[in-house]
Amino acid sequence: MISIKNLYKSYGNIQALKDISVEIHEGELFGFIGPDGAGKTTLFRILTSLLIPDSGSARVIDLDVVNDYKKLRTQLGYMPGRFSLYQDLTVEENLNFFAGIFKTTLQENYELIKPIYHQIEPFKKRRAGDLSGGMKQKLALSCALIHKPKVLFLDEPTTGVDAVSRKEFWEMLQSLKKQGITIVVSTPYMDEAALCDRIALIQKGELLDIDKPQNIIDRYSHFLYGIKADRMYDLVNQLREHPQCLSAYLFGEYIHFASISEIDINQLKEDIVNSGIEQVEIIQLKANIEDSFMDLMAKAEK
Amino acid sequence: MAENKSNSKAVIVKDLVKKFGSFVANDHLNFEVDKGEIFGFLGANGAGKTTAIKILCGLSHPTSGEVNVAGYDIYKQRDLIKKNIGYMSQKFSLYDDLSIAENIRFYGGIYGLSRKKIKEKTAEYIEKLGLQAYTKSMVKELPLGFKQKLAFSVAIVHDPPIVFLDEPTGGVDPITRRQFWELIYKEAAKGKTIFVTTHYMDEAEYCDRVSIMVDGRIEALDKPAILKETYNAESMEEVFIQLARG
Repeated sequence: MISIKNLYKSYGNIQALKDISVEIHEGELFGFIGPDGAGKTTLFRILTSLLIPDSGSARVIDLDVVNDYKKLRTQLGYMPGRFSLYQDLTVEENLNFFAGIFKTTLQENYELIKPIYHQIEPFKKRRAGDLSGGMKQKLALSCALIHKPKVLFLDEPTTGVDAVSRKEFWEMLQSLKKQGITIVVSTPYMDEAALCDRIALIQKGELLDIDKPQNIIDRYSHFLYGIKADRMYDLVNQLREHPQCLSAYLFGEYIHFASISEIDINQLKEDIVNSGIEQVEIIQLKANIEDSFMDLMAKAEK
Repeated sequence: MAENKSNSKAVIVKDLVKKFGSFVANDHLNFEVDKGEIFGFLGANGAGKTTAIKILCGLSHPTSGEVNVAGYDIYKQRDLIKKNIGYMSQKFSLYDDLSIAENIRFYGGIYGLSRKKIKEKTAEYIEKLGLQAYTKSMVKELPLGFKQKLAFSVAIVHDPPIVFLDEPTGGVDPITRRQFWELIYKEAAKGKTIFVTTHYMDEAEYCDRVSIMVDGRIEALDKPAILKETYNAESMEEVFIQLARG
């Protein structure tokens, strides 16, 4: 469905993409996971034919993103990271405008966008600029779908969105996937990786790994412990001094302590308590995608 | 007695109401933040967080209610509040086309720091944040993580007793995000009060106490461990979703 080969792109002396190669299958929900500045937006602009790569090639729906851009644009849907609809047109006017550009009508593809659009339909006479963040997002998604694209590119659709709206948005994507649309999405939120069929971890323009989320997690090779106590900041600094410490990071309720070899939990607990830190609790942990990302990131830096 | 109380509290909010026309953005908010506390101010988009923060920072007037920040009254002493708080927005508010030193000089100057003090602070920040390689660069050339740490440092250049952080960690990589929280812990350990908003629910765990706003009201306020127990939830994310979805 999408075939990316040895893609490079630089802006002046900043290398935005370095040797990116990925295959994305038809009907897949594929995620590019990485922080700001990783190169996600550059990659999406190339895949949607809005930017020309320095070298390498990309084919989307079997069309070359450089040579066949005119045909490609009629078949893909793109929701940019920044809200890019007409703020001073109403909800309905925006939809009709995008439908018109793609020589279709709202009625023709109503069934496809209905599950999303019906939530904002009561506000169809409202200007897009006056919508709440969540409603703008639903309108933008409706507009990106209006011509029934075969593939949908969503660039950071959930950035800055609260946990509830994020959950709802991913539920919408799952239902679109059921209709057979291939979906490529980017996000800086590591926990969203689990919602994708496959993911590519991206950092500083390079891919760290590509696979099913669970396979990436399973490759994590260190011993991992969750440790909490009354003084977390002192604890994290102390753990970094531990001879077997590979890394120690704050991780919500626990500190994640990675070590090269197995640790005697009781001994470690005793050491920490002896240093004056109290209410110590240590558990053995399985890695999550963020542990994997941080580990791969640290390896790439070396 | 009342004076004593305000001395141990960084923020006191009583029956705060803010209306825009008939819309009630803040509906009788009541909470206090202790000095030196890391206080997480959570809520869904549109729940009224930004409205409340603007009032606490002296940028917007309440419709009614009492607000005391850093020991000063929001109605009578707004200028004193502005001098005694730090504020870091999610957009960082650094000048992209100035250097690091120029940004520090600019903010130091606004807060009336002496030239000597500004010089000291500049040297301290460059050293502490590891910015040595960027002293000649414009801020726009800094990697996001450095920019974020610099924005935080500049927000507290005048050593305010309380600092407001509005979604400070959006978009950065997971290691940088954690380094940023260690900076926060370090400042809190020195006695600074931290008032922070975030959409990362794991970060709610780093706070001493957390409030969750829903539709203009504070629906829950407690330590993360107690909130999880109360709502019978595994994580703060579950607590948040239960409350925000109603």
